[in-house]
Amino acid sequence: MNAPMSFEESRQAGGTRETLVVIGNGMAGCRAVEEILARDPDRYAITIFGAEPRVNYNRIMLSPVLAGEKEFDDIVINATEWYEDNGISLVSGDPVETIDRDAKAVVARSGLRVPYDKLVIATGSDPFIIPVPGHDLEGVVTFRDLDDVNTMLAAAANGGEAVVIGGGLLGLEAAHGLSLRGMKVTVVHLMPTLMERQLDEAAGYLLKEELESRGQTILTGANTKQIIGDGEGKVAGIELEDGTRIKASIVVMAAGIRPATGLAKAAGLECERGIMVDDNMVSSDPDVLAVGECVQHRGLCYGLVAPLWEMCRALADFATQEPSGYEGSVTSTKLKVSGIDLFSAGDFSGGAECEDIVMRDAARGIYKRVVLKDDRIIGAVLYGDTADGNWYFDLMRKEEDISDIREGLIFGQAFASGGALADPNAAVAALSDDAEICGCNGVSKGTVVQSILDGAASLDAVRATCKASASCGSCTGLVESLLAVTLGEDVQAGPETLCKCTSFTHDDVRGLILEKELKAIPQVMQELHWTTPDGCSTCRPALNYYLLCAWPGEYEDDQKSRFVNERLHANIQKDGTYSVVPRMWGGLTTPNELRAIADAAEKYNARTVKVTGGQRIDLFGIQKQDLPAIWADLNAAGMVSGHAYGKALRTVKTCVGSEWCRFGTQDSTGLGVKLEQMTWGSWMPHKFKIAVSGCPRNCAEATIKDFGVVCVDSGYELHIGGNGGIKVRVTDLLCKVETEQEALDYCAAFIQLYREDAHYLERTAPWVERVGLETVKAKLLDDPGAIERLAARFRYSQTFMQDDPWAKRAGGERSDLHAHIAEVRPLAMEAV
Amino acid sequence: MIGNWLDIGPVTQIEPGSARTLPVEGSDEIAVFHTMRGEFYALVNVCPHKQGPLSQGIVHGDAVACPLHNWNISLKTGNVLGEDDGCVPTIPLKVDAGRIYLLREAVLGQTSPAGAD
Ligand code: SRM
Ligand SMILES: Cc1cc2nc3c(=O)[nH]c(=O)nc-3n(C[C@H](O)[C@H](O)[C@H](O)COP(=O)(O)OP(=O)(O)OC[C@H]3O[C@@H](n4cnc5c(N)ncnc54)[C@H](O)[C@@H]3O)c2cc1C
Ligand code: SF4
Ligand code: FES
Repeated sequence: MNAPMSFEESRQAGGTRETLVVIGNGMAGCRAVEEILARDPDRYAITIFGAEPRVNYNRIMLSPVLAGEKEFDDIVINATEWYEDNGISLVSGDPVETIDRDAKAVVARSGLRVPYDKLVIATGSDPFIIPVPGHDLEGVVTFRDLDDVNTMLAAAANGGEAVVIGGGLLGLEAAHGLSLRGMKVTVVHLMPTLMERQLDEAAGYLLKEELESRGQTILTGANTKQIIGDGEGKVAGIELEDGTRIKASIVVMAAGIRPATGLAKAAGLECERGIMVDDNMVSSDPDVLAVGECVQHRGLCYGLVAPLWEMCRALADFATQEPSGYEGSVTSTKLKVSGIDLFSAGDFSGGAECEDIVMRDAARGIYKRVVLKDDRIIGAVLYGDTADGNWYFDLMRKEEDISDIREGLIFGQAFASGGALADPNAAVAALSDDAEICGCNGVSKGTVVQSILDGAASLDAVRATCKASASCGSCTGLVESLLAVTLGEDVQAGPETLCKCTSFTHDDVRGLILEKELKAIPQVMQELHWTTPDGCSTCRPALNYYLLCAWPGEYEDDQKSRFVNERLHANIQKDGTYSVVPRMWGGLTTPNELRAIADAAEKYNARTVKVTGGQRIDLFGIQKQDLPAIWADLNAAGMVSGHAYGKALRTVKTCVGSEWCRFGTQDSTGLGVKLEQMTWGSWMPHKFKIAVSGCPRNCAEATIKDFGVVCVDSGYELHIGGNGGIKVRVTDLLCKVETEQEALDYCAAFIQLYREDAHYLERTAPWVERVGLETVKAKLLDDPGAIERLAARFRYSQTFMQDDPWAKRAGGERSDLHAHIAEVRPLAMEAV
Repeated sequence: MIGNWLDIGPVTQIEPGSARTLPVEGSDEIAVFHTMRGEFYALVNVCPHKQGPLSQGIVHGDAVACPLHNWNISLKTGNVLGEDDGCVPTIPLKVDAGRIYLLREAVLGQTSPAGAD
């Protein structure tokens, strides 16, 4: 009796028209019906149930309705006449509450019961409401149907503030609409970049900047803790996890959607995230089909309309006896915010086997990225210029081999399809002599070629002679092509770039950070045309340092761009444990400190306790989780981090000096302590060591330190650029000063010059050799105000650096860096 | 969560661009990564070179640079990138409704990476 019948069989069995019931009067439900009618208009007697009290409309156009660019009437897809003309009974405003599969009938809220031969479930999705306290207050709305839009419009009529939770497609369109309607909008987004599922970090950053320039406030990495009420059951604002409070008379929850499977689950149909369907859109019950956002097909649930059109075609083919099968969709996204061009498709998360082609044009605000795998496009993100979006999408869907047009691919269809011009060198060769190569400096091709013929055989030489590519750098590729075309094999390699992600050198990058006032890593990458989306482990720490040095107090240190030692403020050891070195100012200690160190060593099972070559004590074998606790204990005894792990000031080594030593000329220990107190905490291009010896016997080995002081009867000899490491280098004498204060000022000035000039990971010794002792001396000594200015800059920057990182961590900051996420014990079989 | 997925908590507990650890009694620790692009991956927290704790490396793109000797490891495949050779076992992971799940049998049944002793 219950053996599955095909449509044809049951039709013949019934003799009359079969009854088709559709649950969901939305985009998929009605489209499925349209497709069936187009194939076989007389096959079914159709009833459509819709929870919403209205006809079928284009849901995606709710955004323009909210923004005031469209009216509801403009977005209706099928008006009342369509239902009438096709003999469809529409039951609107009356949701189906039960599917009685045994009796093959559905029952609506009103009690209306309609039997079916075939059922189509097209219930769409439910907006996900984050279950934070206050989520049920009046004024907390979702963005799914016309009623939601009307609620938002009513709120916007009074102006005021709105908060949108969720910086995805939906949230940003809601925010855009509300701000056009005159509200002051804050978008609160959990992830670090907007639309992170469609955009990579670079494009997300550009989008954020654009929206902020339009007056919206965008908070990324922000987690909502609760929605605050006004005491009368209405929304007054929200509170974030970090305690920030934002006023709002309306809170839009746009934190995602869930396939609406409740009805199907209750009816015992197989569901995972969505209602499980096969390629013909048939559920686990052969008489029940499902289509649209509510389904899960080959493991995927979709949240866009394009897949749903394809599903509806397959469903109709099957329902009219011409099964074709749906094979899943590749999707692309565009943001419907006027004036913002943004396109994304496919998989752009990259990976081992993938290759990125990135083009950035900072001047025009353009970012393009195409992801390739095995010579095929698998993803694309375009910002600012989306003209080629469809072309890339097409190549991607057809899985076309692009190896022939690879070189010119990123420049777009017009360029890449130009036959011979697909080779960028050929394209450049074909340009006329007066074609402009460098827009910033107005340099034509003829001029560049001439300077190459005159002997400029490298990128740098071209930059120096004719200024092409010397400013924003976006024409670097063109200049390189011209070099290749003009010189063939004789092109000289340029100077070493910061890393493989950029064609700029360290000096270029440092200079441009200041000149263009670049203040964030993604901004540097965009403006300087980084060729990777988010850099590598070489450039990220370097940029972090350069920004920190350029903008003290303003730039927020990026922990994820720091090497583990600097992130955890301890040295990682080969077995994954850590060593802990508290500061001992100038090598001095007290019984109290020693006792605290001894106690800590016992309490945290330090397996080795060693006096270091830098005059302090190292505790080895400490576990990552114990670090905050051991620091708290050491802090309690008055000790702070020794930065033994950092590209930072390390130790200031001293000898006993005039206080005890029969040869001592000055208080070398005292000066050492003062130097260390002035300089500790400072981040540097590389590690930096200081020593002070009380006389030329030099017991503190001051002449192999980055900055060394040798005391003499008449004052202080200041030495720079020493190194006792891999390649020993004895210091050069900088100058001699008379007072202790001068020694301190010169030290501060020298450090600042090094901080501002050296390349990341370049110690003072190689730096002095590279730029020349004379240059360093000239910069410090020739200009009478130089010492004062540099020292002042150093001291200013120190006002932000000298807070003990250990104390903050011991106080609970960033405990996530130390604690495990959970633990698994196989016996209990549970995460704790 | 039903089935054999192990719920290890909300996505918010791992800052993008970083990783956190999950000790497994009687087996190797697992590192759960959150990339800057918002993707999550889990690997055995043991570098195929000399057992460095990968969770402590710098995450870039979808790779991590081992903190001990800077080998780069793909978070997607567990393969060592570039000139070096080796591979770390990956643990199937899924994110659902803001929570992270690991495949239970992979968590419990993992073996040490090739090359590690
Ligand atoms: C602990 C200590 C050895 C000791 O037991 O004495 C030590 C230990 C390490 N040194 Fe050192 N160096 C130590 C004093 C020195 C000294 C002597 C000094 O400072 O007077 C030198 C030569 C002086 C110099 O730097 O010019 C020294 C030259 C190096 C070098 C080579 C630097 C160079 O420019 O050539 C490295 C490698 C590097 O930095 O890239 C290094 C790197 C290291 C590292 C950080 C290796 C690493 O990356 O793991 C070791 C960390 C161990 C740890 O976990 O604490 N260590 N290291 C000393 C800690 C001093 C302190 O209190 O902070
Ligand atoms: C504001 C907004 C903007 C969007 N912009 C885009 C875009 O730019 N591009 C894009 O591709 N996609 C966009 N989308 C997504 C797109 O609208 C959906 O993918 C599409 O509407 C899904 O169609 P559906 O039929 O599965 O669900 P829906 O269109 O939601 O239809 C489901 C219908 O079923 C009804 N229903 C649910 N349960 C019952 C029940 N028990 N009884 C009776 N009726 C029921 C619901 O009320 C609803 O009317 C946007 C969505 C929104 C909300
Ligand atoms: S000399 Fe080499 S082995 Fe010894 S502590 Fe320094 S880096 Fe380590
Ligand atoms: S242990 Fe990982 S690179 Fe050496």
